[in-house]
Amino acid sequence: MSSEVTELTAADAAGRVRGGELSAAELFAAWRERAAGDSLNAYLWLADEAPGEIAAEGPLGGVPLAVKDLFCTEGIPSAAGSRILEGYRPPYTATVVERLTQAGAPTLGKTNMDEFAMGSSNENSGFGPVKNPWDESRVPGGSSGGSAAAVAAGLAPWAIGTDTGGSIRQPAALCGIVGLKPTYGACSRYGMIAFASSLDQAGPLTRDVTDCALLFGQMIGRDPRDSTSLAFPEELTLPTAERLDGLRFGVPPELSGEGIEPGVREVFDQTLARIEELGGQVVDVALPHSNEGISAYYLIAPAEASANLARFDGVRYGARAGDGDLLSMYEETREQGFGDEVKRRILIGTYALSSGYYDALYGRALRVRTKIAQDFRAAFERVDLIVTPTSPTVAFGLGERTDDPLAMYLSDFCTVPMPLAGIPAISIPGGMSEGLPVGVQLAGPAFSEGRILDAAFALETAIGFDGSAARDA
Amino acid sequence: MIDSEQVRYVARLARLRLSDEEVDRMTGELGSILDHIEKISALDLEGVEPTSHVVELENVLRPDEPHESLPRDVALAEAPDANETGFRVPSPGA
Repeated sequence: MSSEVTELTAADAAGRVRGGELSAAELFAAWRERAAGDSLNAYLWLADEAPGEIAAEGPLGGVPLAVKDLFCTEGIPSAAGSRILEGYRPPYTATVVERLTQAGAPTLGKTNMDEFAMGSSNENSGFGPVKNPWDESRVPGGSSGGSAAAVAAGLAPWAIGTDTGGSIRQPAALCGIVGLKPTYGACSRYGMIAFASSLDQAGPLTRDVTDCALLFGQMIGRDPRDSTSLAFPEELTLPTAERLDGLRFGVPPELSGEGIEPGVREVFDQTLARIEELGGQVVDVALPHSNEGISAYYLIAPAEASANLARFDGVRYGARAGDGDLLSMYEETREQGFGDEVKRRILIGTYALSSGYYDALYGRALRVRTKIAQDFRAAFERVDLIVTPTSPTVAFGLGERTDDPLAMYLSDFCTVPMPLAGIPAISIPGGMSEGLPVGVQLAGPAFSEGRILDAAFALETAIGFDGSAARDA
Repeated sequence: MIDSEQVRYVARLARLRLSDEEVDRMTGELGSILDHIEKISALDLEGVEPTSHVVELENVLRPDEPHESLPRDVALAEAPDANETGFRVPSPGA
């Protein structure tokens, strides 16, 4: 029974619960049992039992949800993958989690992540790395690596994560699942432990595009508690497209040529051929400043992080260290509580904002950001969607890149330009290379999620990716 | 281009205590990262407006009306050290 219901997609399971064929409590118990067998370190916390009330009549049909540890959940440990917040139980719940619970997706567990969402491999977690279910000697990607691995391995029906420079799309790609980074402002950031506030967005990680659309539809909307959130301008329906006729797909050479490994390029080329088979048109489109995306991103995100992370000082929550005066309490708490990558980014950000470097570094990065956004605007006058590989490589080995932070940063070049421009992008599995999944990314103008999901659905159907091997393992 | 004295200075600004070994390692790592990042210095950005925020929003205001906030005991519950009325910290001059 339990193995049967956990094989269903989330949308199918929701349909059965809403149709009265399956009880939400049984479904929760079945998933709870699957999740308890986690051998990937994907979960940091797991619910003991089903919540007393599940809104099973809601659109999400009682299907349980894995929630990235970055989201505050009332009374439930929420540490953002950091030792400095170990054991912290927030007094309130993030708006997105609250909305999903009310729509019928009770929280199953909290998933592992790179500390404060800083990382592309999950190796920066304060609670140990996550393993990739396709090959346990490899990383799942990051920072939402626990959420991606849990969905790919069949330890969760679906999950939410957050994306600042690729933290939903890249782990989705490396784990062979679907991940959507929404338009900036589409989902409330209230209750998300802040990394880089002008870039952070919550989004779904799911087994397929239909699940992604279903979950995303319940996450969106303006929230008075996040003044940067906006009402989604159009009604979202579940995708049904079979063809891509009339759609123009732009391929930027800057994000699909140099630096992309051959196996990934091969899957990407096959995907372009499929787009044409489905009636879509593939054209070259230039994003001339996207090569500067990494530089702008690794100034802006650390600058914002250095300010956001000033709040972790041992006063109001989390760990406290030191037995001297106030200053040494601050310094020792932060010394012991933060991992290396977080310290590195705080230092870069503080440096970029410090007097003498502000104009030359941070100020210039903000101008590059303008150029990147202008490039996308110009491109979308010519094409409907932009298509690129999501990650230049398949999942790499645990420990392979930890000694070279710059190499780790550079591997994000396909995903950082979109959040800098605030636009949405999805990663879907395009195929396999060397026995590992390869992700393909579709990006569109602000609030074009409906178009993106439709096109992704048509492509997904044509590709016919089979992720069951990772769930059976 | 960043030397160990600058790393120590920035760490002090950020209230991070680094061991000598960490200062050495971070100086090397930050040096190579900043060398790469500083390539943006070569771009012609004359007359380009900075973008600090992608959404065109101005003056998002709410009515100035009292509303409920976190009760004090709840806000204090997770503090490493608190009494009934506030967060307790070591003296700045101890």
